[in-house]
Amino acid sequence: MSNFIPGQPLVAVVQRIEIKKLRQGDNLILGFSIGGGIDQDPGQNPFSDDKADKGIYVTRITPGGPAETADLKMGDKIMQVNGYDMTMMTHDQARKRLTKKNEDVVRLLVTRKSLEEAVKNSMGGYQRQ
Amino acid sequence: MESLTVMDAEEEEVLQVLEVCQTIEEFREVIVTTIEEDSNNSPPVASSGTGTKPSQDDNWGETTTAVTGTSEHSLSQEDIVRITKDLEDSVGLDCRRYFTLTLAVVMGLLVFLTPVAFLVLPHLLWPEKLQSCGTACEGLFISVAFKLLILLLAVWALFFRSPRAGLPRVFVFRALLAVLVLLFVMSYWLFYGVRILDTQDDNYQGIVQYAVSLVDALLFIHYLAIVLLELRQLQPRFSVCVMRSTDGEKRHYNLGQLSIQRAALAVLEHYYCDFPVHNPALLSASKSRAAKHLAGLKVYNVDGEFPAALAEGPGNNAAAGMAHSQSRAMIAAAARRRDTSHNELYYEDAEHERRVRKRKARLVVAVEEAFTHIKRMQEEEQKKTPVDVMDPREAAQAIFPSMARALQKYLRTTKQQHCHSMESIQQHLAFCITNNMTPKAFLESYLSAGPTLQYSRSHWLARQWTLISDASVTSGLSDGCVFQLKCVDFSLVVTTKKIPYIQMSEEYIDPKSHKFVLRLQSETSV
Repeated sequence: MSNFIPGQPLVAVVQRIEIKKLRQGDNLILGFSIGGGIDQDPGQNPFSDDKADKGIYVTRITPGGPAETADLKMGDKIMQVNGYDMTMMTHDQARKRLTKKNEDVVRLLVTRKSLEEAVKNSMGGYQRQ
Repeated sequence: MESLTVMDAEEEEVLQVLEVCQTIEEFREVIVTTIEEDSNNSPPVASSGTGTKPSQDDNWGETTTAVTGTSEHSLSQEDIVRITKDLEDSVGLDCRRYFTLTLAVVMGLLVFLTPVAFLVLPHLLWPEKLQSCGTACEGLFISVAFKLLILLLAVWALFFRSPRAGLPRVFVFRALLAVLVLLFVMSYWLFYGVRILDTQDDNYQGIVQYAVSLVDALLFIHYLAIVLLELRQLQPRFSVCVMRSTDGEKRHYNLGQLSIQRAALAVLEHYYCDFPVHNPALLSASKSRAAKHLAGLKVYNVDGEFPAALAEGPGNNAAAGMAHSQSRAMIAAAARRRDTSHNELYYEDAEHERRVRKRKARLVVAVEEAFTHIKRMQEEEQKKTPVDVMDPREAAQAIFPSMARALQKYLRTTKQQHCHSMESIQQHLAFCITNNMTPKAFLESYLSAGPTLQYSRSHWLARQWTLISDASVTSGLSDGCVFQLKCVDFSLVVTTKKIPYIQMSEEYIDPKSHKFVLRLQSETSV
């Protein structure tokens, strides 16, 4: 993940992931767990490079769930959900954005370390900052 | 204080207006006495004036001023009003009260004398045929006597209390109970008359047992009376919201199953304790603002059509519609107009607040200083130094002048001056001095409006309540029923709501199961 400086615009390579919610009884579930948020302790996050990063991370993927099918990986940082920015959200606000009852599909923009590597390798010498 | 002298030219009567006090503390009565020329009529006490004999004093017409204090023989206008009001209050000659009282007394006598009559009549009418009373029978005499005594005490406790209110309609439960008792006693008399008096039954023990059963049944009816009249309404079933129409003061009370008139009585009894006294002077500001709003707009009809005076039936829809559109136009214009009255209100309120606080500060200081001028004298000191000793009333009168002005100004600013007369203030001061109260305790009753009962009788208006209700006033309270209690210048609107049925369930938590971990990072599954 690129190091972010608070207050400065953040640049990252993101992947678009579309997850269709699965109906289980009365709930619509996505099949993963999130951690992090601006009200949480960022030092405990095992997936972030920068231990001051208070973003929302994917901590667990339910095997066989919609998230796994859509190619979401553990440790992904979620940048946007359906157009809403997730980098400065409390944990509860993030949960609410993902679990809106009237939305069947969530379109996420996620970033992970391997994406940066992939872009670097594919572009050859051209470095994206 | 000015004293005017108005002279009538006639020789017989001299009308003198004595001691017209126009101090703002109180309006003393204008005392009007006629001093007649002949000395048969004794003039008022302590006349320090000069001329009652005009023939002797030449300067009499110009300079005579007779200043008399309030004499015991003079009547003022206020006194007359007060006497007539007292007459109205005390001589409450409504027939209904006396009718119910006589009915109750007659029924009581009937009920108590019946068992005694049952026991005594056989001895009077056929003494020779009667079997002698054995041991068991005499034991029953004691039982009858004591049960009658208990019944007497119980009836006295429950029914012989001075009525605390006059309600508009008859009290249904009492009427039913009276009817029940009458029927009951009548049926016993009927049976007694037919089966015992006519046949002249000689089994005295049976007769005594019959009388005992009557007294037992009367005691059970008394138990029924207690349950119906007193116990049934103790369990709270309804929550009533009482709101005063003039200033919106609201209170909530819990009442049991009562008829509307009894509920109204309970509400009024709470009103006298809980609600701050109704002060019409506080409402004048909003009324003047309302008047200003209305005065702002007038409606002119440019087209020359005259709206019909009455809108009768469907034919005059046009006229009704025009009146409707006129009022709508007025409302729209009022909304659009640049009204700065809110600004004035804001600044007026702020200014008033400041003024009240300033006067309050001055008042508190004045009262504290006044209280330092007197101290309670101990018994030993009295023997040692012979100083001028005062009782509480005199002490109050001594220190009152130093705080009178500040208090009067404060009361005027908070518009409470009509609630407190000078005598009442001095009485209260004497009371506080007697009971060793601090200046703050003395002031508390003037700083905030207290319940109505705290003030003089003229504020109570206890005889002028009207109950306005859609449903019959003897029907019971029900959910959503609304009734009004109207007094002279305000009314109390009472709404009822049923207290919900509460379903409680139980959960057991083992005390050992309270365990905690540190929260490192929360994880939520979505």
